[in-house]
Amino acid sequence: MMKYVGTAVAVALGGAVFTAPAMAQNEQFIPALVYRTGAYAPNGVPFANGIADYYKLVNARDNGINGVRIVTEECEFGYATDRGVECYERLKKNGPTGAAYVIPLSTGVTFALTEKTTTDQIPIISMGYGRSESRDGSVFQWNFPLLGTYWTASDIILQHIAKKEGGFDKLKGKKIALVYHDSPYGKEPIALLTERAKRHGFETMFLPVTHPGVEQKATWLQIRQNRPDYVLLWGWGVMNSTAIKEAVAVGYPREKLYGVWWSGAEPDVRPAEDGAKGYNAVTLQHTAGQFKLHEDLKKFIYDKSAGSAKWEETGEILYVRGLINAMLGVEAIRTAQAKFGNKPMTGAQVRWGLENLNITEARIKELGFEGVMKPIKVTCADHEGARTGRIQTWDGKNWQITSDWYVSDDNVIGPMVKEAAAKYAAEKKITPGCLTN
Amino acid sequence: MLGPILETLIGGLMTGVLYALVALGFVLIFKASGVFNFAQGSMVLFAALSVARLSEVMPLIVAVLIAIVIMVALAYAIEFLVLRRLVNQEGIILFMATLGIAYFLEGFGEAVWGSDIYKINLGISKNPLFLFEGIFPGGLLIDREEIAAAVACAILVAGLAIFFQVTRVGRALRAVADDHQAAQSVGIPLNYIWLIVWAVSGIVAIAAGMVWGSKLGVQFSISLVALKALPVLILGGFTSIPGAIIGGLIIGAGEKLAEVLLSPMLVKWFDLAGGGIENWFAYVLALVFLLFRPQGLFGERIIERI
Amino acid sequence: MLYREAGQFKTSYRSDQAIFPIVQDRWFMWGLIAFGFLVLPLFANQYLYTEVLIPVLILSLAAIGLNILTGYCGQLSLGTGGFMAVGAYASYNLLLRLPDTNLIVVFLFGGLMAMLVGVLFGIPSLRIKGFYLAVATLASQFFLEWVFARVKWFTNYAPSGSVAVANLDLFGFPIQTPQQKYLFVLAVVVVLGFAAKNLVRGRIGRMWMAMRDMDIAAEIIGIRPLHAKLSAFAVSSFYIGVAGALWAFLRLGSWEPLAFDINRSFQILFMVIIGGLGSILGSFLGAAFIVLIPIFLNQAPGLLGVPLSTAMISHLEFMIFGVMIVFFLIVEPHGFARLWAIAKEKLRLWPFPY
Repeated sequence: MMKYVGTAVAVALGGAVFTAPAMAQNEQFIPALVYRTGAYAPNGVPFANGIADYYKLVNARDNGINGVRIVTEECEFGYATDRGVECYERLKKNGPTGAAYVIPLSTGVTFALTEKTTTDQIPIISMGYGRSESRDGSVFQWNFPLLGTYWTASDIILQHIAKKEGGFDKLKGKKIALVYHDSPYGKEPIALLTERAKRHGFETMFLPVTHPGVEQKATWLQIRQNRPDYVLLWGWGVMNSTAIKEAVAVGYPREKLYGVWWSGAEPDVRPAEDGAKGYNAVTLQHTAGQFKLHEDLKKFIYDKSAGSAKWEETGEILYVRGLINAMLGVEAIRTAQAKFGNKPMTGAQVRWGLENLNITEARIKELGFEGVMKPIKVTCADHEGARTGRIQTWDGKNWQITSDWYVSDDNVIGPMVKEAAAKYAAEKKITPGCLTN
Repeated sequence: MLGPILETLIGGLMTGVLYALVALGFVLIFKASGVFNFAQGSMVLFAALSVARLSEVMPLIVAVLIAIVIMVALAYAIEFLVLRRLVNQEGIILFMATLGIAYFLEGFGEAVWGSDIYKINLGISKNPLFLFEGIFPGGLLIDREEIAAAVACAILVAGLAIFFQVTRVGRALRAVADDHQAAQSVGIPLNYIWLIVWAVSGIVAIAAGMVWGSKLGVQFSISLVALKALPVLILGGFTSIPGAIIGGLIIGAGEKLAEVLLSPMLVKWFDLAGGGIENWFAYVLALVFLLFRPQGLFGERIIERI
Repeated sequence: MLYREAGQFKTSYRSDQAIFPIVQDRWFMWGLIAFGFLVLPLFANQYLYTEVLIPVLILSLAAIGLNILTGYCGQLSLGTGGFMAVGAYASYNLLLRLPDTNLIVVFLFGGLMAMLVGVLFGIPSLRIKGFYLAVATLASQFFLEWVFARVKWFTNYAPSGSVAVANLDLFGFPIQTPQQKYLFVLAVVVVLGFAAKNLVRGRIGRMWMAMRDMDIAAEIIGIRPLHAKLSAFAVSSFYIGVAGALWAFLRLGSWEPLAFDINRSFQILFMVIIGGLGSILGSFLGAAFIVLIPIFLNQAPGLLGVPLSTAMISHLEFMIFGVMIVFFLIVEPHGFARLWAIAKEKLRLWPFPY
C-alpha cells in the first residue's frame, strides 16, 4: 500500500494548494524569489526590500503600470537551488496572465530555470549574474543578464588593474588570485581570467571556498604564502565579510583586493569594521546613496510607514540594486504594453518588451534614476544591454567611486560568448534564432 | 619554506582551539548522560546570538550574564521536555532527538533574535602580530583574537577541572559518569545532574560563541561548526576533556596543513578544479584513526565485539 | 468490521507467504496503483507533478534505501546525499559518453556505481558502529561532494561545474513533460518498492534485523556480520543511487554537487525517522510529510488570513521539523507507519470494539 498512501496525502494537500484566491483581471503578477534567512540573508534582505518597495511605489504613485496594478508574492528559498525552483513552479501560473518574469537572484537557480523557460514562456531577468554566455539572445532567448555578466565584471576589474600597472603588457609575470564561492556563480569568471591570462601572460590562482564560506583560513594562508599581486573576490553572503576579515588577519593589503559587484555592499564590509578600509569592488553601474526617486519613496511609501526596510537603509547598495532591477522589469512591461495594449502582459509579451527595452538618458531622468545608471538598450544579439562599470572603494564609512567608467572589451568577450553559446545550442539541440514576438 | 609551514601550523592550532571549545560541550554531556548532543552547534549559535543582540542595548558583561541565565533556562527546558521522556532509550534515538533540538534551536534563535550578521566586540585588535621578523622573511603571523581564544579555552578548562575535582556537584557528576545506576542508588538525583551538565555546556557554548562570533560575526553558519567537532571527538575520545582539546588541536592543525601543503599538489597532479580538501580531510583522518584505535586517544576502552 | 480477516483461510503455503496476506490490503494496493497510473494523470496539473508527486516518489525511494540500512540493519548513515550524487553523476557520465544507452540501463548503472561506493564506505562498519559509523559516513558525504565538485572529468569539463540533461526518451517514447516523468518515476518506484518489501520480509531482511537487534546473538545463530552489513550497505546504496539519478535527471534537469549536500542527507534521515524506522510504508509517509510541510506552511498563513513574513515562515519550518522529530521519538518511535498500523487495528474492530 505504501507508495500510494504518500501519493494520496500528496494529492489531498496538493489540492488545497491550488485553491488560491481568484484574482482581479487587471493585475500583473510578478513572483519574488527571496532569501531572508540563512547564510545569505544579509545580502538577500536588502535586495528583496528594494524590489518590493519599487512595486509598492508604482502602485501607490502611478496606480500601477498604465493602470495595471502589480501584484507580487514572495517565496523564501534560502539560496537553495531546488527550493528556488519549487518557488518558481508554485508561482509561475499565478495572476490572470501568469508570472511576467522571474528574478532568481541566484546563479544556480538561473541555470536550472534556463532549462524550463522555453516551455514555460517566462523570461528570466538575471541582472548582473547568471550564465555569461546567456547574453546571446539568439540561443538564450528567454535570459536577460541585464547591465552586465561576470565576464564583464572580471574584465572591468582586470582593465582597472592593468591601468594601475600601466597597461596590459605590464601584467606579464604578475600573479592574480581568484577567491570564489564554490558554485556556478563563483566559477563563471574563471573562463575569462584564463583567456586574459593567456593573452597577457599573467599567472592565475583559483581558490574555491565551500558554501557557506565561513572556513577560509587555509585559503588566506595560501594567499599569504604565495603573495599574489591582486586578489579577486567572488563571494556572496557571509563569505564576503569573512574573506575581508581573513585578509585583515593575514595582513593582505585591502587595496589589492577587488570584489565583484555582489561582494561590494555594506553587509560585506561592515562586519570587518576598520579592516575593510581600502577594499575595492566593481560596481554594477550604481553605488550607494539616496537619489531623486527617494523623494517619491519617502512621500508615497515611507511617510505612510509602508516601507519594507528602515528609511536609513534605502540608500544601501543592494537596496538600490533591487530598485533598479524592479524598475527594469516594470519598464519592460511598459514597453510590451506599448505594443500589445494596456492590459496585463503574458511572459512571452514581457520577453518581447525586454528584448526591445531601450532606456535613454531622458527616460532615466524621468524615472528618477539620474546619475545612478547609464542608458541601456537591449537587442536580440545583446541581452546584456550595457557593459559599463566603475570601481568603488570603501573608505571606512562609505563607498566612494574611485575610477572612471570602463567598458568591457568585446574583442575578448564576444568570441567567448559566441563559442559558449554555440556549444550550449549544440548540446541542447537548439537552432539559434531571434524570436519576433 | 619553514616560515609558512610554521604559520599554517600556528593558524591551524588556533582554529583547533575553537573546535575544541565546541567539542568540550559535547564531551561534558556525553560523559554525564551518554547523550551525543548534536545540538551543541545550535547552542553555540543561540548563545552567540543572545550575547550579540543583548550587548547592543547593554554592556557586554551584563549581556553575558543574561545569556547565562537564558542558557540555563534552555538547559532546563531540554531536560524537562525531552531528556526526561527519553530515559533508557538507545543512544542512537537520543542522538536523533538532539538533531531535532538542533533544528528547533536554529529556527527559534533566528525567529527571536533575527537573521542578520551581528557583532560581538571583545575589544581585541583585528590586526595581526608579526613575530621573529629577523628569522623569517615577513615574520611569523599571529592573530590576536586567536590568542584570546586560546586563553579563554585554557581558563575554561582549568575552571571545569576545578569544578569537577573539588566541588560536591563535580564529584556527583563524576559518579554519574562512571555508573548511572550506582550513582542513583547512593542518592544522587539524576535529573538534577543532567540539568547541571546541560547548563554547564550551555555556558561553554557561550564562550565558544563569543570567540567565534567575535572572529566571524554572529550568523547562522556558526551552527555548522558542530559538524567539525565530530572528528575531533573521534580522535580525542568521547569521554575525555583533555582528549577534546588535543583532538581539536590535531584536527585544526592537520586540516590547515593539508590544505596549504597537500592540496596545491593534488590540484597539479590530478588537474582538479581547485583544492578545498580541508572539507573532508578531518573526517577521513578521523576515519583512518578509527580503524586503528576506535576508542580515541584518551577515551575509555570499551570492550565490545562487533 | 471493515477490515476483518475472518473467513480468509490460507490453504496453501503460497497464499500464506503472499506480500499482502489480507485481501483488503491486496485490493487497496491494486487500487492505489491503478489510481496512481490511471486516475491521477486525469486531473493532476504541472505543479502537482513537478513539485509534489515526483519529489515525493523519488525521495521515498531514497528513504527506502536509507531505511534498509538504518531502520532494518541498524547502521546510522549521514552520507545519503553523497551516495545520491554518485548515482546522479555515474548516470550522467554514462549517458554523456554513450548517448544511445537505454535510460533504464543508465539508471541501473547509477545504482550499481553507488552500490560499489557504498560497499567501500561500508567496510568500516565491520569495526565500528553507532556515532562512530555516523562520522565515517559523514566522511563519505564530504569526500564525495568534493570529488564531484573538483574532478573535472565528472562534469565533462563544464566551466561552471553545473551539468544538465535534456531530451530523455525510453524505447522511443519521450520522457520530457511532467506527466511522462511522473509515470516513469512511478513505474520505477513501484517495481523497486515491491522488491524492497519482498527483500525485507525474506531471509536477507531477517538477517539484517537480527544484526540490528543484537549483533552478537545474530552472529551466534550463524549470521555472518560481514555478509549482513555489507549486503545492507550494497542494497541501500543501490536504492539511494537510483534515487539520486532520478532526482538529477527528472527532478532537477540541471544540477551541481550542492544539490546533494549534507542537508539532503539530513532531510532523508528525517523522513526515515518521522515515517518510521524499519518500515517501507513509513519511508513513503515520511517523504510525503517532509516534502509537503514546507509547501503547506507557505500556503497556510495566506489561506488562514494570518500574514507571516517569509523569514518567519522559514524559521517556523525549522522549528516544526525539530519539534516533530522530538515528538515522534518520544511518543511514537516507529513514526507514521506505526500510527497507520494502529489505525488498521482499530478499523478491524470498529464499530464493535468487543
